[in-house]
Amino acid sequence: MGKFSKKKDGGTPAISTASLPDIVFMLLFFFMVATVMRDNSMKVGIKLPSADQIKKIEKKGLVSFVYVGKPIPQYQAKFGKEPRIQINDAFADAKDVGPAFLAFKATKRQEEKPLLITSIKADKDVGMGIITDIKEELRKVNALKVNYSTNKGGVEKNQ
Amino acid sequence: MARRKLEEINAGSMADIAFLLLIFFLVTTTMESNYGIRRKLPPITPPDNTDQPVIKKRNVLEININGRDQMLIEGNLAKDSEVKDITEKFITNNGKDPKSSDNPQKAVIQIKHTRETTYKKYISVYNELLAAYNELRDKYAKKKFGKAFDDLNEKQQKEVKDYYPQKIAESVPK
Repeated sequence: MGKFSKKKDGGTPAISTASLPDIVFMLLFFFMVATVMRDNSMKVGIKLPSADQIKKIEKKGLVSFVYVGKPIPQYQAKFGKEPRIQINDAFADAKDVGPAFLAFKATKRQEEKPLLITSIKADKDVGMGIITDIKEELRKVNALKVNYSTNKGGVEKNQ
Repeated sequence: MARRKLEEINAGSMADIAFLLLIFFLVTTTMESNYGIRRKLPPITPPDNTDQPVIKKRNVLEININGRDQMLIEGNLAKDSEVKDITEKFITNNGKDPKSSDNPQKAVIQIKHTRETTYKKYISVYNELLAAYNELRDKYAKKKFGKAFDDLNEKQQKEVKDYYPQKIAESVPK
């Protein structure tokens, strides 16, 4: 009994939290390096398809994005549930794709203009009709380099 | 004169500050995947351009996908997993089978799909076609130069590409 009470009197020393900031900073730096700033708020929900014959986009500054997918629930009352196109921050029609690309092109330097890529980020369940419309509009403005954005993985994941 | 001992600065709130920053970055950034299938669209042909090249039927591998994602290759029902083998066989036929291609340079693959075909099906088929071409190019590069296609210099890559040109045609669905 004597031994027991003696231990209780001493109390356990508090765990030092001095290294906690270091750990958190480590996490912080990881996230700063591994992620990029969100530049568009998504108004359509997109689940990308998977593919494995893919290339990485090196220069993000030369890429304009076209998003295709079902509007997220808060916009469904206004825009319906059918897949829609989103360019920058707004809903758009297929015919807006061309002018949007030209506007993007106008902001770039002359030597960068031939290198521009249009990346189509489309939900895996949208119909090809809407994708075809986008492709036709891009061809009209001579924006021939396209990138079908996908996740890394085998195509069997697409089922 | 006794100097007052310097007191240590309390660093207890450092963790809170770091957490705050961490949460800020968690919220404002995304882990974006920037991978994708890179393609070049064909330029628009002027409507008065009527002299289209004549392609023999045997040199065209016709892939048809309907609105319910069912696929016919040359009239036979096919699964995604079979596309690659069929394509490779077609490209490397070299005139053996009278119904298949004359040689890899002449082989054309034509994809027809409807407006209802899903994007994932299209990407799957496209991916498999590219896989077939990449495998053939790699094989040829290894045989000829002893290196993988990606390790070749530009001139060698061009030679391989000329031997196995990627001719994938897509028709616009009505």
